Amino acid sequence: MSARDGGYDDWLDAVAEGEGYYLECANGHGWLPPRRVCPDCGSRDLDEEPLPDAGEIATHTTVYVATPAFEEDAPYVTAVAHFGPVSITGMVRDVDPAAVEMGDVVGIDVGERETTGDRAVVFRPR
Amino acid sequence: MSDPRVAGAGVTDFGEHPERTGRDLFAEAGLAALDDAGVPADDVDALYFGNFMGELAEHQGHQGPLMAEAVGVEAPATRFEAACASAGAGVRQAVKNLRSGEDDVILVGGAERMTNIGTAAATDALAIAADDLYEVRAGMTFPGAYGLMARSYFAEYGGDREDLAHVAVKNHEHALVNEHAQLRKEITVEDALEAPMVAEPLGLYDACPITDGAAAAVLVSEEYAEVHGLDARVSITGTGQGGDNLALQDRPHFDQTPAADAATEEAYADAGVGPDDVDVAEVHDCFTIAEVLAVESLGLFERGEGIAAARDGVTTRHGEMPVNLSGGLKAKGHPVGATGVAQIATLTWLLDGSHPRADDVPDADVAVAHNAGGTAASATVHVLEVVS
Ligand SMILES: [Zn+2]
Repeated sequence: MSARDGGYDDWLDAVAEGEGYYLECANGHGWLPPRRVCPDCGSRDLDEEPLPDAGEIATHTTVYVATPAFEEDAPYVTAVAHFGPVSITGMVRDVDPAAVEMGDVVGIDVGERETTGDRAVVFRPR
Repeated sequence: MSDPRVAGAGVTDFGEHPERTGRDLFAEAGLAALDDAGVPADDVDALYFGNFMGELAEHQGHQGPLMAEAVGVEAPATRFEAACASAGAGVRQAVKNLRSGEDDVILVGGAERMTNIGTAAATDALAIAADDLYEVRAGMTFPGAYGLMARSYFAEYGGDREDLAHVAVKNHEHALVNEHAQLRKEITVEDALEAPMVAEPLGLYDACPITDGAAAAVLVSEEYAEVHGLDARVSITGTGQGGDNLALQDRPHFDQTPAADAATEEAYADAGVGPDDVDVAEVHDCFTIAEVLAVESLGLFERGEGIAAARDGVTTRHGEMPVNLSGGLKAKGHPVGATGVAQIATLTWLLDGSHPRADDVPDADVAVAHNAGGTAASATVHVLEVVS
């Protein structure tokens, strides 16, 4: 059992409980933890804000040639979705890869990778 | 301020050499560069060495001194790591040190051994150029990242897989006469379109191969070149480097490479040239879409117009703006940590007339090299000019 990745694993726990959040600076820039400073504006005043319930797929790819850690998952869809001011990369589940489109509205959850059983951010249509 | 000269360069054959160690690959390229330059190893003041995945591929860190030893150089040696732009970052540091007068001779290069670990492990190793927590754990691969960028580009500016296929066809054709190239095989648009998918919308022929190889160049101060009567007719007159958020998700656009825009702006200003002055370019086409993004960042094409450049013949060897006459990463091959210096070698040979494709650009005197790391979170641009 390897050590937890501070910030990241806490965030995944929160997402899994339906209480996902992001970090926002005074200028409305959104980021995922751990962050001590906003890379855009240099603000060190970052507050946890609740993650919007739904995100919108900004771009996506279907991965056929996977790394060994995703071998049994392939082919799978990885997408970047905008959740308000923060954007998140996740695996799209419960939808035919060929049917995924930009602009699709998705919810965020934590799922398991088929290959390793490790946790992964997943998006499902909603 | 004087500009450093490229006194000599050397490359290994790029390809599948799984049994050749990194140190042996670099020894071949480094010694070839020293011989080409006519510079004794004793005169080398520093070695800057690019390598990306040595820990994973060879269980070898601390490669600077190892590589200096391999080429018989007793000088401080430092490894540069900026993913696929590792060697470009080394070139930039060499240019700065030579200009400052601190050093007179710098051996810069890189090597990567990749095929010994197999395609799956190499795919895994390449993926670590992305954000491990937020990208790799969500299934992001190196081709996957460029698949995300390609789809975004198509949606924003138009274009399709067939346009990208023309980039691959062009670069394969360019590589036919390059004896060091990994893939010397003509392909058709149909071949590219019918190839298996890697990361949709990118297929097998949109991706560069996995490559073992090394490259090296001897960069010297103008004064050293003159005092020693070196035949070094090409200068590096401009250097630029840009950076960006590591994870694609944290950038405002997925269809542009601002790090390369910044590197370009800096390098052109440094050299006192503009995009209209550029006669030939070697760009970082790890994937076909990457060449499109590169030529736009270099200002050779307007945003949204790079996609048609190969299809319209503009970037072919017979076109107005030849790009990747070496075959590019796509056909020449992409030994990750060596690529930035392989580009410098190619352009030097194109400008001094010794490259097999030099006849396609007989009057070229300004060239540009674009080297990008990961999804271009690192990018370097160098301007090379024939000394008048
Ligand atoms: Zn901010």
